Amino acid sequence: MRILRAALLPVLAVIMAIATGAIIIELSGLNALEAYRALFDGSLADRKGIGRTMEKATPLVMGGLAVSFAFKAGLFNIGGQGQLIVGALLAGAVGYGITGLPWIVHIPLALIVGGLAGAIWGMIPGLLKATRGAHEVITTIMLNFVALNLTDWLTSNIWRQPGPIAQTPHIEKSAEIPRWGELPTGFAIAIAASIGCWYLLQRTTFGFEIRSVGLNPDAARYAGISVSRIVVLTMTISGFLAALGGAIETQGVVGRYEPGFNAGLGFNGITIALLARTNPLGVIPAALLVGAMEAGGSMMQFKADVQPEITEIIEALMLLFVATPIVVRWILRRRETTEISVGAHWGNA
Amino acid sequence: MSTVYRYRWWIVTTLALTAFTLFTAEYQEAQTTAVLAATLRQSTPLVLGALCGILGERSGVINIGIEGQMLMSAFAGFIVASSSGDLLLGVAAGIATGMLMGAFLAFLSVSLQSDQIIAGTVLNIAAMGLTSFFFQQGRSLPSGKTSPIRLGSLADLPVAGRVFFSNRPITYITLLLVPILWYALFRTTWGLRTRAVGEHPSAAETVGVSVTRIRYVNLILGGGLAGLAGAYLSLEAVGSFERLMTNGKGFVALAVMIFGRWNPIGAWGAALLFGYANAVQTQFQFRGWLADDPQFIGMIPFVVTIVVVAGFVGRTRPPASIGQPYSRE
Repeated sequence: MRILRAALLPVLAVIMAIATGAIIIELSGLNALEAYRALFDGSLADRKGIGRTMEKATPLVMGGLAVSFAFKAGLFNIGGQGQLIVGALLAGAVGYGITGLPWIVHIPLALIVGGLAGAIWGMIPGLLKATRGAHEVITTIMLNFVALNLTDWLTSNIWRQPGPIAQTPHIEKSAEIPRWGELPTGFAIAIAASIGCWYLLQRTTFGFEIRSVGLNPDAARYAGISVSRIVVLTMTISGFLAALGGAIETQGVVGRYEPGFNAGLGFNGITIALLARTNPLGVIPAALLVGAMEAGGSMMQFKADVQPEITEIIEALMLLFVATPIVVRWILRRRETTEISVGAHWGNA
Repeated sequence: MSTVYRYRWWIVTTLALTAFTLFTAEYQEAQTTAVLAATLRQSTPLVLGALCGILGERSGVINIGIEGQMLMSAFAGFIVASSSGDLLLGVAAGIATGMLMGAFLAFLSVSLQSDQIIAGTVLNIAAMGLTSFFFQQGRSLPSGKTSPIRLGSLADLPVAGRVFFSNRPITYITLLLVPILWYALFRTTWGLRTRAVGEHPSAAETVGVSVTRIRYVNLILGGGLAGLAGAYLSLEAVGSFERLMTNGKGFVALAVMIFGRWNPIGAWGAALLFGYANAVQTQFQFRGWLADDPQFIGMIPFVVTIVVVAGFVGRTRPPASIGQPYSRE
């Protein structure tokens, strides 16, 4: 019953968003029904489509987890993009650079090195905040651009495959995450990460400390929790999560690192986290939904001549309906008392 | 004296940069002029975006939708200017679009009391989706982009003439807006009310200030500024619209706002520093220094910002009521 109640609002928000999206499509002189059928055919109708949806959803789950996890400690990690590409590149470098390993060693090694690269990328803003008080919103945004240039430089010089295109060589067979039929195995890692985050946050002392810092840093400090330590660790884990998404993308989908290939994936993490209301388990359905729209987008353009960007408009509408308390009150016919505000932490120190 | 101490790092940085500039101007006048002029140009959209953020946050509302406001306004401004052939109309359309989005943000976060971060993100994604969905390739500006206005004989001065007195219109307007907004925020009744609402809304309400009204006004005015920044991008800097052309500038503006401690003059300084680092970087590439590794130079402005923020700026304190929806009960 509790789950049903929790699911009611998002489900209604999705329906309302899809209906509004249909109106926009019709208003621009196209056939909404045809568009949605093509969207469905491309994403959920068969095993191939479902596989594509899961593939698209994997980095979204990880990016959403990264943002949600940081939010729990009251930190706003806008640096998911930078952390993701650093992880994607390092996984690619380990994937092609080290040869002769059995897959059972090579796959996790590349994943972990990629994740650790992102962990460092997330730890820097954490350390700067804890020691110097530098606002994480500034430093994570700046580090996104640093990561963009750095990965570009590394792929066009040190780890470049000879040839006209700046990209790393293809990773070894032993580093590739295999597919299970049509389905990408990488998605299972994302699910495991979600459950792991939920457990860590809800069932361990460390998770309790993180949430305490997020709810009231002064009270947490008074209770003997080292806020600096929590800030650094939370940002490090958050960076690791985002980067792991990038590493899975490299090892399970792309097969190498190409600059620009992952553009925008990191920022989507914010959308996913907010759609899931920063719940680590809610991130999975949110990412699947957005992933399905991305997977079916090209089919929609091909069959119904509707620009795939309509899915972004629908995402914005979903977020709008999820976030608007007046809709919540109207639907649930009661005042929401457990409303959490992710914005309340903007400036906590 | 304490004021001097408080702004010591700003003073040191400014003096150092001025000395460096005078030194280089002695030998390389053309390059120095180019760097300084580019500094001003690069900083313009960031200052405007940051001012938009300041107006919202000083009254207690986070605006992370600046990026979306800029993008949407750049689009609207370009469409109107290219179909009417009138640049002024385009700029007006850009400002109006920004204000409309500001009003929408106010409706969501003030009237409906939505989460402010979510409301801003809605603006961002909606702008990305709408501009890409309705964008058609092949449009252009019949009149070209805005042209520089030379301020009489001032424009003939060495270095300063090209840097300050022969700019394009929105750059001038921005230079005027910074002191105006500083004055308005810290020396007028409206500014006092804004800051009161941002720090302690219920106290402000008890003395008769309408929290809702102040927040609406500020978000709409701020939206107009972000709209001007958008118009700057499409009508003054580039002269056309490209998909996702803001390219993170709205987020950098957010960083500039925090860096400048929610103060228009501070944000201007922060944007100038960022613009300067960016201009030096461009000049490096232009002159072929480290030409084999352009990405390495590309990192300069961002690394400089991180170092300055971590080294000199330190802890910042936002307005106290930020992020919390206000209701009267």
